[in-house]
Amino acid sequence: MTRDEAKTRIAERFSGAQVEPASAEATAGRGMPLVVTIPPDQWLAFAQFAKTTLGCRFFSFSSAVDWKEQGLEVIARVENLDDGVALMMKTKLGPGVSSCPSLVPVFRGANWMERECYDMFGIRFDGHTDLRRILLSDDWVGHPLLKSYAVDTPYPPYR
Amino acid sequence: MKDLQEWEQLHKSRPEGDQHSPLFESVTEGIHSFPGGFVVTTVADAFLNWARKSSVWPVTFGLACCAIEMMATFASRFDVERLGMVPWASPRHSDLMVVSGTVTIKMAPMLERIYDQMPDPKWAVSMGSCANSGGPFRHGYHVVKGVDRVIPVDVYVPGCPPPPESLLNGLLLLQDQIAHFKRTGKRAAPNPKVD
Amino acid sequence: MLDTAKTSRVEFDYSGGERLMMNMGPQHPSAHGVFRAILTLEGETIVAVDAVIGYLHRCHEKLSETLTYAQYPSIASKTDYVAAMTSEFAYVMAAEQIGKIEVPKRAQYLRVIMAELQRVASHLLWLGTWCLDMGGALGGGATVFLYCIREREMILDLFEMLVGARLLYGFYQVGGTRYDIPDGWAAKCRETIDIIDQRIGEYESLLEDNPFFLARAQDVGVISRELAEDVGIAGPLLRGSGVNFDIRRSAPYSSYEDFSFAVPVETAGDCYSRYRIRMVEFRESIKIVRQALDTLPAGAISSRPGLKSVAQIRIPKGDAYARVEGPRGEVGCYLVADGSAKPYRMKWRGASYSNLSVLPHIIPGHKVADVVAIMGSVDPVFGEVDR
Repeated sequence: MTRDEAKTRIAERFSGAQVEPASAEATAGRGMPLVVTIPPDQWLAFAQFAKTTLGCRFFSFSSAVDWKEQGLEVIARVENLDDGVALMMKTKLGPGVSSCPSLVPVFRGANWMERECYDMFGIRFDGHTDLRRILLSDDWVGHPLLKSYAVDTPYPPYR
Repeated sequence: MKDLQEWEQLHKSRPEGDQHSPLFESVTEGIHSFPGGFVVTTVADAFLNWARKSSVWPVTFGLACCAIEMMATFASRFDVERLGMVPWASPRHSDLMVVSGTVTIKMAPMLERIYDQMPDPKWAVSMGSCANSGGPFRHGYHVVKGVDRVIPVDVYVPGCPPPPESLLNGLLLLQDQIAHFKRTGKRAAPNPKVD
Repeated sequence: MLDTAKTSRVEFDYSGGERLMMNMGPQHPSAHGVFRAILTLEGETIVAVDAVIGYLHRCHEKLSETLTYAQYPSIASKTDYVAAMTSEFAYVMAAEQIGKIEVPKRAQYLRVIMAELQRVASHLLWLGTWCLDMGGALGGGATVFLYCIREREMILDLFEMLVGARLLYGFYQVGGTRYDIPDGWAAKCRETIDIIDQRIGEYESLLEDNPFFLARAQDVGVISRELAEDVGIAGPLLRGSGVNFDIRRSAPYSSYEDFSFAVPVETAGDCYSRYRIRMVEFRESIKIVRQALDTLPAGAISSRPGLKSVAQIRIPKGDAYARVEGPRGEVGCYLVADGSAKPYRMKWRGASYSNLSVLPHIIPGHKVADVVAIMGSVDPVFGEVDR
């Protein structure tokens, strides 16, 4: 499974996906991910496809980016350790949307990563069995990594 | 200026002093007010303060990076055991809490609970800039701007992290503060005479 | 409070189905930092673990949006504070990838030397604290701890000669490194690593002849290969479960392809195999440092010297994920840049965060005492976990 093979397989199976090489190519070319942008409704199906067909069984991380008016974007990186193919999956949730299918049925590592996304961005992951805050205390109000949250928001009585 | 005003308003101090048995206090006050009794209390002070400062047992309370430097101080190169400080896991049997690392809002109640579990007289050393004032993370939403908003602090050791020499200096300053306890119970003023 | 007037009979039932929830609180003598594990016990066997983290959440990701590319590397070292060099490495590499900034060869070699020395220092601390946890502070555990700290102090002396700081450095800058090695440093470095090389052999013989150590480490905390890949753990944990994956070998960065070193892999997946891997990694890192010092090229240490203001480095729009093989695994930094002097978003992929998430899968079935051995072999650093 090489990167080009992976590219063709993705193109033939997911027509809605945009595939491009990463914006920065290293000299060796190994380890640079293929960046795939997928619509949210195909998120779980693509993850399953990556794990079974492309052999990307290693789940590196998943996170989110807040693009202000354009909405949130959820990213995940999976890798095929034997062949050296890395896949950076991205999905744009659209303005005002804050729910996304969960990758926990496919990758167990997504458990804590998605809990952190929920904690920091407020994204609700459908299908996550245990979605609660992980880094902040359960009674925290607000989701800090959103651009609308100021970094030095006070929190009495300690700040 | 605003930070200083905030500090004045929000930092904790010990208004009512240490707790000790009223019988003991009345006996020492009685001896002290007796003509010539000050000799007894001064000698007792010197002896008891020497005993107290020579066996300060810190509770192992490492939070973050400063904990690694604290561990290095407790190890053999910098060796606080020669000062009598044996790191002790249980707060019920310790005298000193070296708060080494950033205090976060989630951790602050635990810290307070552990501090409350320590018996009097107890001391706290704020180690590192995070414990002094929030440090490099001061503007974070989850960081407490200094451990003195949670517990009263006796010695502040600056640095990020303070090298073991600085922490040893801070602990020696603390020993000097302890040496100035008066009438076996009253704490010294914040800045006793230090060479 | 129990109302003794009302309850005249208290019933006890030891049929074995009683479950007790025990809290291994954020302050415990295991010396790993602020971690709370709520264990559900049946007798002495653990049935479930709920790991509560976040006691050291210092808002790195939000703060990085307010700090420039020149200011942040010294703060980055506070994520994995035991191995600060590799933490800074990930961030500057990500910025350099997006900005397509070249790093001079000498700087690359210096970075490799510091990263490998840091790996040795970090593993020394790991070995010391793991044995301290298993042996008890006042029992025999402090023996290995004090020996390892003695060696670690030698390496920290080297770093202090170079940077001025013992634990948290601002050595890596976007474009190269900040300091060059002073005179006499290379000779002292060789001397130090010779001493450490010899002493590692002593620790191995000390530990591996000890049947208590073997009983506590073998067959404890087995991570299967499939679980390892699924959860995304990396580093010695992944290699201990049979996956031959080391970023320095599979996706070399910063001239690692110029050095020859072996990557240890074990298949058993228990604490003992992770211990063996780290012991081999000591020697391999020392080999790399020797090779790098022998072939250190002359030249500039940074492609952007003479930084005059903190906002001088501007990275154009783009995003990149850069990762380094830290002592704990894959430390990565996903950076989204928007053309200004500060990042738009920075996600820190902490090695210990993923490593720790494997605990709820492997701890059930073990005894309480094994939790300490497993936590030690997973080697978490909570600056990375909570960021």
